[in-house]
Amino acid sequence: MLTDFGIILLFLIISVLFVGAGLVTAALLRPSRPNPVKNSTYECGEHPWGGSWVRFNPRFYVIALVFLVFDVELVLLFPWAVVFKDLGWFAFLAMLVFFAVLVVGLAYDWAKGYLEWDKPSPQTPKLEDLVLPKKIFHKQQKDS
Amino acid sequence: MTLEIISFVVFALLAIASALLVITAKHPVVSAMSMIFHFFMLAGLYLTLSAQFIAVMQVMVYAGAIMVLVVFAIMLLNLGDEGKLRSGFNFRKLVAWFLGGALAVQIAVLLSNGALSNTAISEKASELGTAQVIGGELFTNYIYPIEIVGILLFAAIVGAIYMAKKNLPTEE
Amino acid sequence: MINEFILALPLLLIAIGSILVLMLDAATRNKQIVYYTSILVLLGLGISAGYTLQFDVAIIAQADKTISANTIFYGGMSAVFDIIFAMGGLLTLFASREYLQRNYKEINECYSLVLLAVVGMVVIAHSNSLIMLFLGVELMSIVFYILTGFFRNREHALEAALKYFILGSFASGFLLYGIALIYGSTGSLILSDISQQIASGNYNSIYLSIGLGLMTVGLCFKVAAFPFHQWAPDVYYGSPTAISGFLCTSGKAAALVALVVVAKNVLSVETSNVNYLLESTTARNILAGISACTMIIGNLSALAQKNVKRMLAYSSVAHAGYILMGIVACSTEGFYAVAFYCAVYLFMQVGAFAIVGFIEFRDEGNMLISDYADLRTTHPALAAAMACFMLSLAGIPPFGGFFGKYFLFVAAIKSGYLWLTLIAVVASIISMYFYIGLILTMYFKNNENPINVGKMQGTKLTVALSIIGVILLGIMPNVFYGLFNFTF
Repeated sequence: MLTDFGIILLFLIISVLFVGAGLVTAALLRPSRPNPVKNSTYECGEHPWGGSWVRFNPRFYVIALVFLVFDVELVLLFPWAVVFKDLGWFAFLAMLVFFAVLVVGLAYDWAKGYLEWDKPSPQTPKLEDLVLPKKIFHKQQKDS
Repeated sequence: MTLEIISFVVFALLAIASALLVITAKHPVVSAMSMIFHFFMLAGLYLTLSAQFIAVMQVMVYAGAIMVLVVFAIMLLNLGDEGKLRSGFNFRKLVAWFLGGALAVQIAVLLSNGALSNTAISEKASELGTAQVIGGELFTNYIYPIEIVGILLFAAIVGAIYMAKKNLPTEE
Repeated sequence: MINEFILALPLLLIAIGSILVLMLDAATRNKQIVYYTSILVLLGLGISAGYTLQFDVAIIAQADKTISANTIFYGGMSAVFDIIFAMGGLLTLFASREYLQRNYKEINECYSLVLLAVVGMVVIAHSNSLIMLFLGVELMSIVFYILTGFFRNREHALEAALKYFILGSFASGFLLYGIALIYGSTGSLILSDISQQIASGNYNSIYLSIGLGLMTVGLCFKVAAFPFHQWAPDVYYGSPTAISGFLCTSGKAAALVALVVVAKNVLSVETSNVNYLLESTTARNILAGISACTMIIGNLSALAQKNVKRMLAYSSVAHAGYILMGIVACSTEGFYAVAFYCAVYLFMQVGAFAIVGFIEFRDEGNMLISDYADLRTTHPALAAAMACFMLSLAGIPPFGGFFGKYFLFVAAIKSGYLWLTLIAVVASIISMYFYIGLILTMYFKNNENPINVGKMQGTKLTVALSIIGVILLGIMPNVFYGLFNFTF
């Protein structure tokens, strides 16, 4: 039985060797003359600063959560797909019900607006916020 | 036979090594990457046990979807180097080491007693691990569990989005 | 021959109903419709369970079960527990509506989540297969994690939800590993087959013992029994008060019915295998130890609490210990007593939590025992109701709590666990201190700024129903015992 997957294993090993061989030959052939400027991150001529890890927006996370659930569902579709012809209508209906439940779940999120992309709501400053209120202005005048 | 043993040993050693790397790596992203590697090695172990479907599922769900979530969570929290978080020696660690050691000794004693020696894989195992057989079982003997799984996933969608959504749409 | 679909009616009704409610929510966004449909679905569950209860167990045993392939257990004990869960869901819904309106936007998800949790509980009660049992436990737990953190803007609610989620997933892992080992040992997931395998001695005793041990760990976590109870007070304290009552009554009852299902198929079986590592008596002695520690520790920790919600949370740990006595007894009588106590506990604890949620008013005010001082003058009816629940929780005769404890004690003594009963009596006496203490505070202490918390119709309905339940079960326990037309 292993032989079927042995081909995949062989394929994996060869692909790893292929990449590894390329990198090793490159390392052997290329000249190696590092200097600090060369080793620094390329930032379009600017001096790089700060970490390269940026914080993700949580809205990506919501999409990933939905994806996970439907991925699990997909996995259960596979065994069904290979056998439903032999098992007849009952298995077909069973999967249909299972599928319907999850479609309802998706429709629910959609109808409720949970799948909407969280748009940033930039707050444009109002004139009143920028100008000092009269009271405070007079108070400051008095204090000084 | 020898091929099976060799592949088992290779997969098992790599799985243990990558699992150790998950908990010892300083940077969380390194931990996550070695976890993906670990999941692939587990898939390989399942293959040596002739559980093909489980192996594919392992790669699809764990190495695929769940690791996406893990990496997202790491990026979301923007965890820096773990070094600062490390605490020195404390009482809790001592207890944890003690309990873990006790468990290891127990397992070793059980194994050396020969109580778990009957580990031969059944002849029929290679026929049982295929998607056909699993599908046939799932949609005849496990119809109710499948539907309950549907409801479970449904509850998970509703709940996960409720908890994770940034701004709940205000109603009315 | 009965049609299988008729027997599965409670299960189908609640499953379809819970999805229907969410669909209605998405389609109409009308709070009234969602709320009343949820109530109708739960009523349907209770009525259909009552309907299946009329069938004789022998007839059900002969029914054709090809569709479920024997993974589902119909009628009998599961129908009784269906009724308990339906009641728990109804009381929670009544109490939670105004509570949510006061504290947070009334978000419809709450109702549908409660329904989904009830689906999980019903699945546990009906499970004849370890897979169904696990799925039911998981469904219920996932919904509980969300309900715990339902008030997303409260920090300690989120803390409780996170704690519950991480520890709970860990416990689910134990449960699943145990199930896997039991399957490996006996070669079956169907509980009735497992019990046959054990009786014929055809299994691997080491794997079975380890598997049972791991399963016990997982289920004891869900019940909040002694070494695994630390999460319980934080979670019950952090979640919305109306929901806490649901978590610690229906949730506990569901985890206990899982233990009952396992115990009746595994522990009560005489095996012919001489190598049985974990004999039935050993397992029961371990459970008895857990039970004894749970009640003592729960009550001792409750003694020190100044916050009423926390006090009730700790006391619920102790009550889990009492109910475990029925499983330790591992006899038909013991299992009856478990069901009876779950029903009584549902009424008294949900009622008490409903009153706490009422008095809490807004943003977790008035939670200390001292805030309840002189409740007699400001809210005489509430004070009287709270006194009833406290007396029942303490196990004072005219109320249901007394008979609940009585049946459990009798079952334990008959199975030879006199020492456990003595510990339970001592634990009950300890618990009287804080239950009666609250009553004394309400009636005999003066309060400089007496609280006034307005009106809540739905909560009153919950409290009224709970009072009726507690008193009815106390005066006529036979009403409930009449439901038991089956043996194990």
